[in-house]
Order: sequence, then C-alpha cells, then structure tokens
Amino acid sequence: MWASFICWWTQDQAEQFFRSGHTNNWAVLVCTSRFWFNYRHVANTLSVYRSVKRLGIPDSHIVLMLADDMACNPRNPKPATVFSHKNMELNVYGDDVEVDYRSYEVTVENFLRVLTGRIPPSTPRSKRLLSDDRSNILIYMTGHGGNGFLKFQDSEEITNIELADAFEQMWQKRRYNELLFIIDTCQGASMYERFYSPNIMALASSQVGEDSLSHQPDPAIGVHLMDRYTFYVLEFLEEINPDSQTNMNDLFQVCPKSLCVSTPGHRTDLFQRDPKNVLITDFFGSVRKVEITTETISLQRDSGIMESSHEEGQRDEELMEPLKYAEQLPVAQIIHQKPKLKDWHPPGGFILGLWALIIMVFFKTYGIKHMKFIF
Amino acid sequence: MGLLSDPVRRRALARLVLRLNAPLCVLSYVAGITWFLALAFPPLTQRTYMSENAMGSTMVEEQFVGGDRARGFARDFAAHRRKSGALPVAWLERTMQSVGLEVYTQSFSRQLPFPDETHERYMVSGTNVYGILRAPRAASTESLVLTVPCSSDSTNNQAVGLLLALAAHFRGQIYWAKDIIFLVTEHDLLGTEAWLEAYHDVNVTGIQSSPLQGRAGAIQAAVALELSSDVVTSLDVAVEGLNGQLPNLDLLNLFQTFCQKGGLLCTLQGKLQSQDWTSLDGPLQGLQTLLLMVLRQASGRPHGPHGLFLRYRVEALTLRGINSFRQYKYDLVAVGKTLEGMFRKLNHLLERLHQSFFLYLLPALSRFVSIGLYMPAAGFLLLVLGLKALELWMQLHEAGVGLEETGGGSGPSALHPPAQGVGLTSLVAPLLISQAMGVALYILPVLGQHVATQHFPVAEAEAVVLTLLAIYAAGLALPHSTHWVVSPQAPDRGWMALKLVALIYLALQLGCIALTNFSLGFLLAATMVPTAAVTKPHGPRYVLVSPHLSQCLCLHHRARPHSISLSPTWCLYSYHGAYTDVVPPSRPLYAALLVLTSPAATLLGSLFLWRELQEAPLSLAEGWQLFLTALAQGVLEHYTYGALLFPLLALGLYPCWLLFWNVLFWK
Repeated sequence: MWASFICWWTQDQAEQFFRSGHTNNWAVLVCTSRFWFNYRHVANTLSVYRSVKRLGIPDSHIVLMLADDMACNPRNPKPATVFSHKNMELNVYGDDVEVDYRSYEVTVENFLRVLTGRIPPSTPRSKRLLSDDRSNILIYMTGHGGNGFLKFQDSEEITNIELADAFEQMWQKRRYNELLFIIDTCQGASMYERFYSPNIMALASSQVGEDSLSHQPDPAIGVHLMDRYTFYVLEFLEEINPDSQTNMNDLFQVCPKSLCVSTPGHRTDLFQRDPKNVLITDFFGSVRKVEITTETISLQRDSGIMESSHEEGQRDEELMEPLKYAEQLPVAQIIHQKPKLKDWHPPGGFILGLWALIIMVFFKTYGIKHMKFIF
Repeated sequence: MGLLSDPVRRRALARLVLRLNAPLCVLSYVAGITWFLALAFPPLTQRTYMSENAMGSTMVEEQFVGGDRARGFARDFAAHRRKSGALPVAWLERTMQSVGLEVYTQSFSRQLPFPDETHERYMVSGTNVYGILRAPRAASTESLVLTVPCSSDSTNNQAVGLLLALAAHFRGQIYWAKDIIFLVTEHDLLGTEAWLEAYHDVNVTGIQSSPLQGRAGAIQAAVALELSSDVVTSLDVAVEGLNGQLPNLDLLNLFQTFCQKGGLLCTLQGKLQSQDWTSLDGPLQGLQTLLLMVLRQASGRPHGPHGLFLRYRVEALTLRGINSFRQYKYDLVAVGKTLEGMFRKLNHLLERLHQSFFLYLLPALSRFVSIGLYMPAAGFLLLVLGLKALELWMQLHEAGVGLEETGGGSGPSALHPPAQGVGLTSLVAPLLISQAMGVALYILPVLGQHVATQHFPVAEAEAVVLTLLAIYAAGLALPHSTHWVVSPQAPDRGWMALKLVALIYLALQLGCIALTNFSLGFLLAATMVPTAAVTKPHGPRYVLVSPHLSQCLCLHHRARPHSISLSPTWCLYSYHGAYTDVVPPSRPLYAALLVLTSPAATLLGSLFLWRELQEAPLSLAEGWQLFLTALAQGVLEHYTYGALLFPLLALGLYPCWLLFWNVLFWK
C-alpha cells in the first residue's frame, strides 16, 4: 500500500518533470536608454541579469543589451558598481557581467535581428540567440516608452506591432517553445496588447495611460537607482532558488498598486498552460530535469498517453499536438471587421438647410445691395 | 479676386483705414501697454519648471562643511590683499596649488577710451588667477566655471574664501565628469572679459592680455559669486547680461530649487518673493519686479560677471550675498551647500543647457513669462506705426479719390495734386543730415575729448558727456534748413513722405530691437511711438482753407475768444486741421512732447523709474548726476565690453527721431 503510494507519488513527480516541455532556457535582457540620469534602467536590467544567472542560465544563453555603461560613468561616485538598493545594499553589477550589445549597438535593428536570428554570419555566438523549438525564452525590456512604443537610445523606437511581428516570426521559425515577456516602462501594457503568436505570457509594469515610477532615490549617487516594478520583482526573485515551486501567479502579485503606484498588467490568453502550473524557474532558471530516485519508475512509452491520465494534462496534450500557426495577415478578419461606430452627427441636409435659413434671414434684413461692403 | 486688387473693395478698405485710423491707433497703443502691465498676472505668467532631464531633481547630497575653512581663507586673503594693495596673486597661486588645483595666471592691460570716474581707473593692468580641477575619470572636453570678481571698490573677500574652500572640497570628490575652473579676476568685469577672450581665443574689445596656459574644454555653465560678509541674510540672483542676453531659464530653475531645498531666502532684483499669487498682492509685487527686470535688461549692461559669459553662449548667473538687518542669517556653509548642489547637478548635464527658455521675463523667481506671451505687447505698439504709415501712404496716393466720394465738393481734392511719384529727392537731404548727426554723436565725443579739455576747464569724462549732450542738442537746431529742395506746388506732400519714411524706419528699428532685447524695444516703443504717430507740422501752410471759411473762423474767434474751446465748429475744424494760424499754434507743445520722448529723455525717465521701484527715489539733482554717469558708463561699456546700447541710440534711433523733429518744423 505504502509502496504503491510512493510509486504513484514519484510517478506524478516524473510527470511534472516533463510538463513544461522545454529543454533549454534563454534570456534576452534589454536596457534601451543611455545617459546618467537613466541609471535606473541599467540597474533594472542588471538585476534581472543577476537573477537569471543566479538561477542557472549561463552567460552563453543570455543576450544582454545595455545602452550605457553606468559602472564606469565618471559621474558614478562608486566606480565599478551599479546598486539596486540605496545605502549600497545590493550591487547588481557583480563581478562578471558579460554585456553582448552595448551603447550604440543597442538599436531596434540589432534587437530584432537577435530575436529573429537574421544575423550576419560573422556574428560571434555570444551575440546570437541560438534557441530552438524546445527553448523557453525570457525577454526583459526597460526604457522610456509611450503608448505603443519603446524608445531606443534617443533616436529610434520599436512599436508594439513590430515587436508582435518579430515574435510571430520567431514562432514560425520555431525559435521558441514558450516565451515570457516582461517590460518595465511607462504605459508598458501597450507593448504586449498586439501580440498574436501562441505560447507568449507577458507582464508589464503599468497600464496604458499610466507612468511607471522610479524608486530608491539615492542622494549619494545622485539619481534614482531602480524602477519600482523591477525593484519588487528583484526582491521576489531573490527569494527564488532552483527548486522553488513558486509559480507565475505569484509573479503576477509581485507589485500591487500600493507599492508600484502604477498598475502592473499581465496577459496569459496566448499561453497554453495555466499560469499556476508554470514555475518561475521555467523561465528564470535553467533547471536541468534531473532527479535521483532510488525507486524504479515504470513509465509508459508515450508521454502523450501518460499525460492524458493526468487530470490537468489536457492543455499539455494540446501542446503536443501539431501546432497551428497564426495567420500572419488575417485578411478575412480585417475585411469582415465591423465599421467603427461614429459619434452622432446631424444629417448633412439639416445643416445645409440651417445655413440657407441663416443666409436668407441675413439678406432679408440687410438687403443684397450691401453685399459689396461685406466683401 | 484679391482683397486689394479690386478697386471698389480697395476704396472701402482705404476708407476704413482712413476713417478709423485714430481710434485704431489709440486702441492698439492702449492694448500694447495693457498687455504689458498684465504680464505679471497669472494667466500670462506661468510657474517655472525644470525642463532638463539631467537636472531633474535636487536629489544630491551636499557634504560641504568647510565654513571655518572658508572664513580662514577669506581672512588670509584680506590680509594679503591689504598688504600688497592689489590682488595677492602669489598667495592665491600658492593656496590654489595647496588645495590641489592646476593653477595658471593671466595678465592683461587695457587703456580705457577716457577715465572711468565711477571706478576710478584709466590705465588698467591686472592679473587673473585660475585653478582647474581636472575631472578624475573623464576627458577634459567640458567644464564649469566658478568665478569671483575682485576690484578695488568691492572686497569680495568671503567669496574668494568660499571659492577656495569649495575647491578644496570638490577636489576630494571623484564624481566630476567636467573640469571645474575656479577663476578669480582682477578689476572685476575687465578681468573677466580679458580671461573670456583669451579662453575663446578672440579679441573683440582690443584688450591686451597674455594667452592662457591651461584650458579645460567647452564651458557649459558658469556661476559668479559676490559675497562680502561672513553671514548673509539672503542671496540675490542677477540674470541680465550684456545687451540684454539671458541665461537659459533652467539655470535659474536650478538655483531656485536649491534655494528651496536649503531653505535659503532668495531674491530677484532685490525683491522678496511673494508666495501669494491668488490675490492681487503677488502679481502687483511681480509687476514691480518685472519692471525692474525690464529696466535692467533694457540698459544692456552686464549686471555682474555672468553677463560677459553669455556672449560666448555660456549659461551663467551671478549670486550676490546680501547682509541686511534681518534676524535670520545663513553662514557660508549654507551658501556653499547651495553652490555644491548646483555644481553637482550641472555636472550631471550631458549636453548644453538648451531645453528651457532663452527669452523670458521674470516677475518672480518661480514665475516667468515666455516670449510668445510678451511679444504681442511690442507688436501692438508697432502696429500703431504701421497704421499711421498706411494712412500716410494712402493719403499720398489716393486720398483725392476717397475724399471726392464722401465730400462731394472739389475743395479738398484741389489740395492734393493727382497721384504721382513722391519727390524722394526731397527726402535725401534730411535723411543724410540726421544720419550724419548720428555719426557725429557716435564718433565726436570720444574723439574730441582732448580738444575739449584743452579749451574748457573740464575733465575728460565730463568732456565726453558734455560733448555728447551738446551734439544731441545741436541736432535739434540743425534740420530747420533742410527742405530747400521741396517743390512749392505740393508743400504737404514733402513732410508726409518724410514722415512716412521716418515711421517705417522707426518701426523697422524698434522691431529689430524688440526681437533681440525686448525690454529695450518695448521701452523705446512705449515712449517714442505716440509722439511719432501724432507729429505733423502745424505751420501756416499746412492746409489752405478757402478764404471765406478762414475769415469766418477768424471772425468767430475774435468775437467770442473765450468760448472757442466749447464751440463745436471749432472742434470740427481743428480736427480737420483747417484752423491754422489764428489759435496759438500747438507746435511748442508738440516740440516739448517730442523732446520728452527722445531717447535721452527716456533714459533719464528710466533712471527715475528705476530708483522709484527700488524704493530709493531720486531728487532732481541726483537724477541729473546719475544721468551724466549713466551716459559716461554707457559709452565706456560700449568700448570696453561691446555693449550695443550707445551705437544703437546714436546711429539708429537718434537720427530717426531727428526726422520726426524735422517733420514737426517743416515749413
């Protein structure tokens, strides 16, 4: 009896094991703004970098894009550091930071080329996103944004449509299994609302029409050290270790409006699995599915059959089916769109009549002979 | 069809302009003045705000504690200065070196065009000392300047002390991204000018100076400090620079935010800042401050060493420590912390200050009027000149047609010969003569000072001022004989053409001045425009009234001399200018008005207004003395710093004004 329970339990564990369906993890971390007063954006990105690296994604699987070098900025009173907490509690710069794209290399073009893999052959491996259809990718972006765009440096922008198309291209080129998109910028939610490719979960620091706010003002360094959203995400991630069972629902709760001032948003409708079954480490860590057991586990040969026995395996089953690709240009949908409701407007004839009346009354009163004095 | 190409419509328009001209002019003038006075009131003034991202908040930690050190430096400096009787260059060099700066000196000499009696200097030679604090981790491509002017009449010892103490403190910090230049200049602005010219490798004022041995990249901003006491009650900030140039508003915003952060009492134009802008008090006080600023900006003088930096597009302002009888005082630490905060924030700059306004007026430290909102005031005033010019133009060309239609009689149209080319040749003489007067006014006083001192018992400075006034007055006597070429057939066409040219000339000049220095343009327009608009010759040959009408009027006048002003007929005819040589002519009145609104009289009036607003009213004698000093200073500043007020008035506005004088005395 006990043995059978153990057996069932370990079998369940083993099923959990393969649930996410990915075999490798990648991270693309982007800070799009330069200049000293945007210190916080660099600190945001570096804090996520620190977390994913701590949780096991190696530098070879991280594409880090930093538009400016705050650690070596002459204005930095603490050279070779980037702090995320005031009073110098946490140095997110650490000892070994491998920046793949830096300063003027951080452009919209380079970013999209990295995502879609359309990179000149001479590009070194460390600057490529060499993911495949079994890769879980974390994409983190921060900078100054607006409704529907994110500013790169001071010269260009990426729009939410461009980003959505890039993700679709990645999907069609089978460059990811699942994708987690996090953005910390003003009106961040506008950046993910155009996504249409499957298996994307998206989080943003603020809703459309909201500003994302900074945090941790430090008078000694003379700037804000972090943005609120990423600050609390970092605080949350610091508690995660590779075998944590914390799931995405916990990440959604990370920064309530009382702390963030803005309202963080998330989008899960494109994602196939229930967020509560998605571990944080599915994206932030590179957890090798290794479990040493002393028991012998008899698994059915086909994982698809195995998961059908599971109560919540239904979604996973869908996942394993041949995947459908979204139509890139949904012509039919566009044609059959309902016309937008216009504001009520008085009919043209009515207005014409009114003017005619006005003009008639006018000439009745003043007579036609005064015409020449008017014009 | 265009509005002006159709003859019928054109006539209607012409009639409108001719008939409504006087009311429109009055309305426009009143609108201009009202608009200007309304500038201090909230819908037109806005709160200042920081536009520059890099200086967004006051979030820096001021660590300056060297108050004792500053006082010690100040005492030593004062002692050495007393001992040597001049700037203690060697001591300054030694001290700057000891706090860790790269120290250089620059010597300069300058002979003024004539002795400066207010500063008691003529042959000036001095030495500037400056130390550069190199940014430890950045290339020396940009720099900031902290400068203290020293001269014989202002001590500024504490400012030097604070400068040295700040240098010592800044040297200990590693976050500098720009070099910082600590500059002590001798003979205040002359030294600053010499240093700036040498730094930028130009020579615009003919000063002789040794080249600079050390440089520190493009200067991004400069702060000048004047401080003569160990404690201050308030800090006054001066922004008006040479020729009315102003620093970027962000620099002032920066100062203001640090004032608020440090709880310092900060003033503008020496006026306390009213907090209450909802009631009438704030705006009224703002209006006073605004008027003071307009007067100071119009003067075109550099009101502090910062004024010279502005010419090189270096944003700069001057801070003056005021020690009055207030109870609460601040020590040098508080002032030092304000400066430290400002420099730390300026250090964060990534590009030149350019985000905020360059052209503005300040009713208070925290309020400003942008150029878009104050320019209409000048625009309305200039519109008067335009309307008058249009009226004259129409009268010259097609008045006959317009009058024929309305009047129906042939009387008035007989006065105007058919439209033909206005005798422009008749205008050449007055134009040339008045322009020559202007050139004489510009050149002769300084050129002839030695001749004057030989023949009259006066000093050079007095000679210059008196020659200036003499030529100015002589100009009034000259133009009577300038219309010898006028054709006798159309006597009034001559003055009309002259006035037309003068009006356009004045409008152009005032427009250009208002664009570069609004305050000066507005002040001159406010005084010159009304008299320029109404000036006309009230001589006997102005209008030839038909004899019987004239006789009738004369009879009327002789019969009832006392009821003239009440008689409606009199009003009617005098309005049309038909009533001529019988009533006492209004020419002396007009002449007096014209003299009162001449550029020199405007200057005198401005002086009185300025002292009135500063609550230190002048008596007439004092005012006259101040006027003479101002004239001498104006000429001196033109030669030493390149201030443009003097040539502008002498070569531009004075000849133009003489043309109106000429119109008035047209025979």
